[in-house]
Amino acid sequence: MAYSVTTQTPASRVAAILGAILIIVLLALPFFAGRGTIQDMFFILTMLVLAQFWNLLAGYGGLVSIGQQAFVGMGAYALFGAVILWRLDPVLSILLAGVAALVIAVPTAFFAFRLNGAYFAIGTWVIAEVVRLLAAQWKTLGGGTGTSLPRDATRDMWFVEMIENTLGVRSAAARDILAYWLALILAIATIGGIYWLLRTRRGLALAAVRDNTEAAKSVGVDADRMKWVVFLASAFGTGLAGGLIYMQKARISPDAAFSVTDWTAYVIFIVVIGGIGTIEGPIIGVLVFFALQSLLADFGSWYLITLGVLAIVIMLVAPRGLWGLFSERTGLHLFPIRRRLTGGKLKLSEE
Amino acid sequence: MIWIDTIIQGILLGGLYALFASGLSLVFGIMRLVNLAHGDLIVMAAYLILVLVTLLGLSPFIAVFIAMPVMFGLGWVLQRYMLNRTLGDDILPPLLVTFGLSIALQNALLEGFSADSQRLPTNALTTASVDAGPITLGVMPLLTFASAVLVIVGLNQLFYRTELGRAFRATSDDATTASLMGIKPANIFATATGIALVIVTIAALYLGLRANFDPNIGPARLIYAFEAVIIGGLGSLWGTLLGGIIIGVAQTVGAAINPEWQILAGHIAFLIVLLVRPRGLFPRAND
Repeated sequence: MAYSVTTQTPASRVAAILGAILIIVLLALPFFAGRGTIQDMFFILTMLVLAQFWNLLAGYGGLVSIGQQAFVGMGAYALFGAVILWRLDPVLSILLAGVAALVIAVPTAFFAFRLNGAYFAIGTWVIAEVVRLLAAQWKTLGGGTGTSLPRDATRDMWFVEMIENTLGVRSAAARDILAYWLALILAIATIGGIYWLLRTRRGLALAAVRDNTEAAKSVGVDADRMKWVVFLASAFGTGLAGGLIYMQKARISPDAAFSVTDWTAYVIFIVVIGGIGTIEGPIIGVLVFFALQSLLADFGSWYLITLGVLAIVIMLVAPRGLWGLFSERTGLHLFPIRRRLTGGKLKLSEE
Repeated sequence: MIWIDTIIQGILLGGLYALFASGLSLVFGIMRLVNLAHGDLIVMAAYLILVLVTLLGLSPFIAVFIAMPVMFGLGWVLQRYMLNRTLGDDILPPLLVTFGLSIALQNALLEGFSADSQRLPTNALTTASVDAGPITLGVMPLLTFASAVLVIVGLNQLFYRTELGRAFRATSDDATTASLMGIKPANIFATATGIALVIVTIAALYLGLRANFDPNIGPARLIYAFEAVIIGGLGSLWGTLLGGIIIGVAQTVGAAINPEWQILAGHIAFLIVLLVRPRGLFPRAND
């Protein structure tokens, strides 16, 4: 009997089937859920996308960035710029948001990669501050106070009229549904894309670099190139999410779009609580995060104190997060990337 | 003449940034730990001084001497029982734990003291100025700069002239071997963070006397401190002072051209140095 290398497990096959069912349910959600649910789901999905990309960066690439708000903000501003100055459709402009984030990611990486380890973190933060201060100088887009998307641009957005007619909802609700569907597509593409990346040769190289850079280099992995790939991919995805988030908000200001709390602190907490270095972690994390937010929303700063303390406790007690705790006990992996040898038999009798 | 004045104000402002940065530099130098809560600890120390001033009716200059041992104790406990557990080859735990601490501390201060701006009470001394030829210098900025120089001289003396300093250097070079010689790295680290927080308290005094502060300004202080450390080169305290001066001068010159450019000019100076001298102006042999 031949040996074969697989990554699938029974659990992952079940997860794939359940995942497919979940996706169908989520796609159909606007047909039976109210507008509040759709908005909550939009928030969850976009935070999930941000978390997955930060996790790719920190959990797999070992690059702890505190400057993700640079890409969210840049994506958002690019979207507003394209809609207001070039009269492009907002849906199309989301792609430009990703490209714009990619464009500033190149100089960001150039500077930040000069800093090692922990200093990389603050370096990305400084660059995000620079981008925020520059965006506040962009007077056409409202300078420091910000601006709104023009009403006709949001009203005539692609697909909105179609959704209005099909679902029989008003224009504002139709825009939310459109944003939700786009967020769902982005989230599925993100998780699928990252899972695919991790299962390729590149993914293996990435894991090798994370575990031991020197050893990885010695077997021919180009560690610097891997860092670039991960950094640029995550900037692009974060930019797309940023564009989408602000397409839905339809109102922008530099302080909000480049908020370190909203776009980096929350994201870090989601990943740390859920479990860093796994695809499942951010999914668990975003659900816990949303539950906590719903519970503690009325308590203002106590909410952030709780999140901060929770992150500290998890990092000290269970650095692999909630999913890590669960996975260690049960051995379950919903997105397995470990290659296992199966089939064949060991001939122990010859010894 | 106005330019000379601007540049001298910038140099003196650099003293404040060097005070912010010295604690960060010290902790990084000894245990390779980047404390992302550093800025928030400065703000917390400022509130501690404010509370002492308000409750006991003390002068800020007296209150700071009560705050110092309190902050030393806090730093010691923080390092001994929390941060020491995160040290290791993996850079994620210390970063994420101190980031969590930063957010928690910031919001705890917000809960306790509200978002209103505060300021330490000033007296005749803090508003006094001296004439130095054609320009006038404030006594406070001079005092800040002098304190920064004193702190750096003091730290260098501590490092190279005392038994504790020898233990610091030994632990920094090789914690395992140092522990064979009867040094307890865990306690050495705790003492180092305690000393860093004493410097933080001095920085907080001048922060609170010079300008308004509120719970949200911590991260920006961390960024200035970090820029000063990187410009100066990791591990060099005099380099850190020079780094602070460069940031300070860039900010005042930027502000003189256009008030909106003050902060941006500081960041750009930092990026330029990073571009031409990635390891800072006075890098230590290897890090």
